[in-house]
Amino acid sequence: MKTTDVRPPIVELTLARLREWVREPEAIFWAFVFPIVMSVALAVAFPRQDSRPVIVGLPDGPAAAAIRGALSGREGIVLRDVPAGDELRVIRDGEVHLVVEPGEPPIYRFDPDRAEARVARLVVDDALKRATGRADPWVAREDPVVVAGSRYIDWLIPGLLGMNIMSTGMWGIGFSIVQARLRKLLKRLAASPMRRSDYLLAQMIARLAFLAPEAAVPLGFGAVVLGMPIRGSFGSIAAVCVLGGFTFTGIGLLAASRPKTLEAISGVLNLSMVPMWVLSGVFFASSNFPPVLQPFIQALPLTALNDALRAVILEGATLPQVGSELAILGGWAVTSFVMALKLFRWR
Amino acid sequence: MSGVTVSHAVRCDALHKRYGDVVAVDGLSLTVQRGECFGLLGPNGAGKTTTIEILEGLLEPDQGEVEVLGLRWRTHAVELRQRLGIQLQETQLADKLTVAETIRLFRSFYHRGRTVDDLMQVVELEAKRDSWVVKLSGGQKQRLALACALAGAPDLLFLDEPTTGLDPQSRRQLWGVLEQFRAGGGTIVLTTHYMDEAQVLCDRVAIVDHGRVIALGTPQELIAKLTAPRVVTHHGTLEDVFMSLTGRHLREDD
Repeated sequence: MKTTDVRPPIVELTLARLREWVREPEAIFWAFVFPIVMSVALAVAFPRQDSRPVIVGLPDGPAAAAIRGALSGREGIVLRDVPAGDELRVIRDGEVHLVVEPGEPPIYRFDPDRAEARVARLVVDDALKRATGRADPWVAREDPVVVAGSRYIDWLIPGLLGMNIMSTGMWGIGFSIVQARLRKLLKRLAASPMRRSDYLLAQMIARLAFLAPEAAVPLGFGAVVLGMPIRGSFGSIAAVCVLGGFTFTGIGLLAASRPKTLEAISGVLNLSMVPMWVLSGVFFASSNFPPVLQPFIQALPLTALNDALRAVILEGATLPQVGSELAILGGWAVTSFVMALKLFRWR
Repeated sequence: MSGVTVSHAVRCDALHKRYGDVVAVDGLSLTVQRGECFGLLGPNGAGKTTTIEILEGLLEPDQGEVEVLGLRWRTHAVELRQRLGIQLQETQLADKLTVAETIRLFRSFYHRGRTVDDLMQVVELEAKRDSWVVKLSGGQKQRLALACALAGAPDLLFLDEPTTGLDPQSRRQLWGVLEQFRAGGGTIVLTTHYMDEAQVLCDRVAIVDHGRVIALGTPQELIAKLTAPRVVTHHGTLEDVFMSLTGRHLREDD
């Protein structure tokens, strides 16, 4: 190995970080395996089918025979026997959507707060009345419209992608930095002529190398297995992911700039990430929160990333169309990097 | 390397450093000549590490002046970092980088210096070039840390307890590397609490306690001056000097 083989510090630092990462089995798990596991779990939870059947509980015994006869074999209805006394428990646990108690008239037991329970009530009521001779005065023509990309799963995947970009970025950076501080490696580096901004920048660059599989796996899985539409261009999706990756690495650096123990960094990371899981529209739309909170929620980096990802992936938005979200992300990236550099504790 | 060059490698004057109520360094002054190997000796908690870290520009003294290679930290930090080699106490280098990768990383920070291969050869780690740091023995880790300190062909080497916890073979191996560095004209400032190490390596030693220099001279001078009246049955050693100056009671502090 000749002197000429030594590359510039920023390259050597980035390579060092990447090597440490790939040599850490846990890192591989979070970057590659976890997105696959998550996607498979989603595929199981949200199978592709037009409508889910309603699950109706009936008490066993002869009393329910007439109802059983009226409901069995009907499309969209699944019957379950419910032992006497167990009615409330099976409803509470979601094992059945509705319990029919035979009688004149029968009693429907269900939780009206659950959408599927209300559907079950309509379906069962219709089926029972029809069986006792109700006729339709008229039948509407139906025009089933399937809008690809409007299902919950389509909406969910970009949000999970955003969440994953956030958490692997922040945990990966946060832990490795605090560990290096604990081991006095940061102090040793600070005692060398290494430029401190090179070190922080290398952490951010190295992080991007892991972004590609992390983003490609859930998106590819969503598109191929779950039929999620990908309408935006490859370039603009990649650009949003890269900017998001940069932003959360910067915030991870900022979070890790002071803490001296792994407990402290865990606390800081949870404190900053948990509100965003809730507020930034990962599992449900952030528009559910009252208008007073909206300016705050919109300024959160994860909200900006999720909104931009959804617009680009599901609606085919171009980068200029998500300009304001990108500006918010860029603002967080630059601010957190500069603050991290200022606040960073090297010993 | 002696008297011809006028300037000193290190000079500090009336250094003070306190942490809260604890005074770590209390008016410490010393001068190290170019080409010299200078030892800071003292019991744990005497202020050796604080002193050497002030000289290394890692800590700011509360009061006092520091001049290293004729330069000041406030104005010439970038140049000084290029010209110094530093080995800290208890640094753990990245576990999962190899020896060669670690040296190459440190080498990349310096404008000048030997090749990565040369550095591995100097510290006798060629056979371990592709081993992860976590797999190295204590002595090998210390030699790797020394290779990192030597990566920029420094004019001045600061070593904080370079051989603490090593077996005798490893210590001697490390001493050999330091002798080589000195033979090339380098200056060394080291801390140690091994008296034999100071006696073998150092041209001059300062015995430090409670943040001050309480004795200064060549090991021979100190032995002659401070042990003569007491030691009748065997030849005096630096350890006798040390114990007579600092060994009044057992120390509990770190």
